[in-house]
Amino acid sequence: MIRFERVSKRYPNGREALADLNFEVADGEMVLLTGRSGAGKSSVLKLIALLERPTRGQIVVNGQSTAKLPLRRVALFRRQIGVVFQDHRLLMDRPVFDNVALPLIVADTSFKEIDKRVRAALDQVGLLGKERMAPLELSVGEQQRVGIARAIVSKPTLLVADEPTGNLDVTLAGEVMELFRRFNEVGVTVVVATHDRRLVQALGRREIRLQEGRVIANDASGPAAADEEEHITIHGPGPRGSGRP
Amino acid sequence: MASVSNWAARHGHALVSSMGHLARNGFATLLAVGVMGLALALPLALNTLVGNVRLATGDFSGALGMTVYLKMQVSEQSARQLAQNLREHAGVAEVTLVTAAQALEEFRSQPGFGAALDALSDNPLPNVLTVRPSIDATSPLQLDALRAAVEAWPEVDSVQLDRDWLLRFDALLDLMRRALWITAALLGAGVVAVVGNTIRLEIKSRAAEIEVTQLVGGSRAFVRRPFLYTGMLYGLSAGALAWLLVSAARWALAPSVTRLASAYGQSFVLAGPTLRELGLSLLAGLLLGWIGAALASGREIARSAPGSA
Repeated sequence: MIRFERVSKRYPNGREALADLNFEVADGEMVLLTGRSGAGKSSVLKLIALLERPTRGQIVVNGQSTAKLPLRRVALFRRQIGVVFQDHRLLMDRPVFDNVALPLIVADTSFKEIDKRVRAALDQVGLLGKERMAPLELSVGEQQRVGIARAIVSKPTLLVADEPTGNLDVTLAGEVMELFRRFNEVGVTVVVATHDRRLVQALGRREIRLQEGRVIANDASGPAAADEEEHITIHGPGPRGSGRP
Repeated sequence: MASVSNWAARHGHALVSSMGHLARNGFATLLAVGVMGLALALPLALNTLVGNVRLATGDFSGALGMTVYLKMQVSEQSARQLAQNLREHAGVAEVTLVTAAQALEEFRSQPGFGAALDALSDNPLPNVLTVRPSIDATSPLQLDALRAAVEAWPEVDSVQLDRDWLLRFDALLDLMRRALWITAALLGAGVVAVVGNTIRLEIKSRAAEIEVTQLVGGSRAFVRRPFLYTGMLYGLSAGALAWLLVSAARWALAPSVTRLASAYGQSFVLAGPTLRELGLSLLAGLLLGWIGAALASGREIARSAPGSA
């Protein structure tokens, strides 16, 4: 589903977010992308969803190489991917229904179909009946789940989430991760970036751990046991200027 | 076909969402449309003015005349024949023969001339033809052609044509027409700028929405569409407003113009902008609004597109 081949990403300010990154995610797999802030998790997700382009290397998503995808095809490409953001990126001046319906509206879905699928998506995240509410009337956890409903409403084959539990307490975070696990069980490939080690251990899925823009652990058997501090000593200092802005 | 109804639905969605935004920003919308309406009203007013001046020249052609002096030896009989020939000439509406005898009578009736004329043994006045050109042949070029044709006749001594005022008037009309085009071009550019800036500000204020729309797979065309509709709605409203303003101005001026004309013994009714001009005004507004919106949205949205770099 996803293949990174020697991918580097350098931002215009000179910061090298990713350096020679290689990894693969199989169809139907659920992978946790871990590492401290600034390790490159967000950059990886942005490259997958083609919100950014790599400086070097090749990225293949769902059989398509993203490097040479022309700008006019990017929108179409993105519709195959559901993206969940830490700050959920909801439109606060629109009711829940409109927020969730957005990916369907941009894809020219008929109104009847939109109605049906938005309700189904809200049902899956446990928010059925709150279509007419404004996001601000909802709790933080509920807002995040609206964001997840929006990511899955168009039935993407790939779901990527950037720190989806970052603003949530342990119980809510557990609920959100449980949602992702259920989507994965029905065949959706899921990549979740998180720095929350408790979730990684609770979930028991493959973990790709990043540090300074490199993969330092790619453990298929479960969460890597070692603490991050040890890896720094093992691999030595990475590229300069790793701190995220 | 489903794709057709989807197409209609997605344009309908864009149009409705544009209207919603315009209605919600009532005061800002009103100001923008007001400025654009005024900008379009000026060229439309000039156009109406030029139209009215043209209408008025129809009346002037009655005052426009050519005087043909025949040679002294031409008899009254042949003068009649010449008048008849001239009546059949292209571009001639009316020919009146003033015979030498008639002219003499006229002079005689004027005080002071009587005694002087009695002193003359012969009538010193020639037979004269006064020619009124037809309305469709009053351009300087056509009149010059008519004059040249008549002057070539052997019986004709000279032709007098007072065309200086006509030339001046024609030049003035041409000047007005040019001024109209320049005004229209400048103010049209102004309308494009106003629409462009209004749309640019709107795009900025909706940046979050645009970004999210692009993140979930909204194409550039999809994101731009409501702004293009907004620009066209602005232009249409401005075109309608311009027409209403000029119509109102005509309504306010008409009685004074009629009074002025009647003081000169003319009956002239000030013409207002027609329905055809309403159509043109709307079309111009629509086009300018679209151009402004297309320029602004093309620039702003390309800059904000995620994945463009």
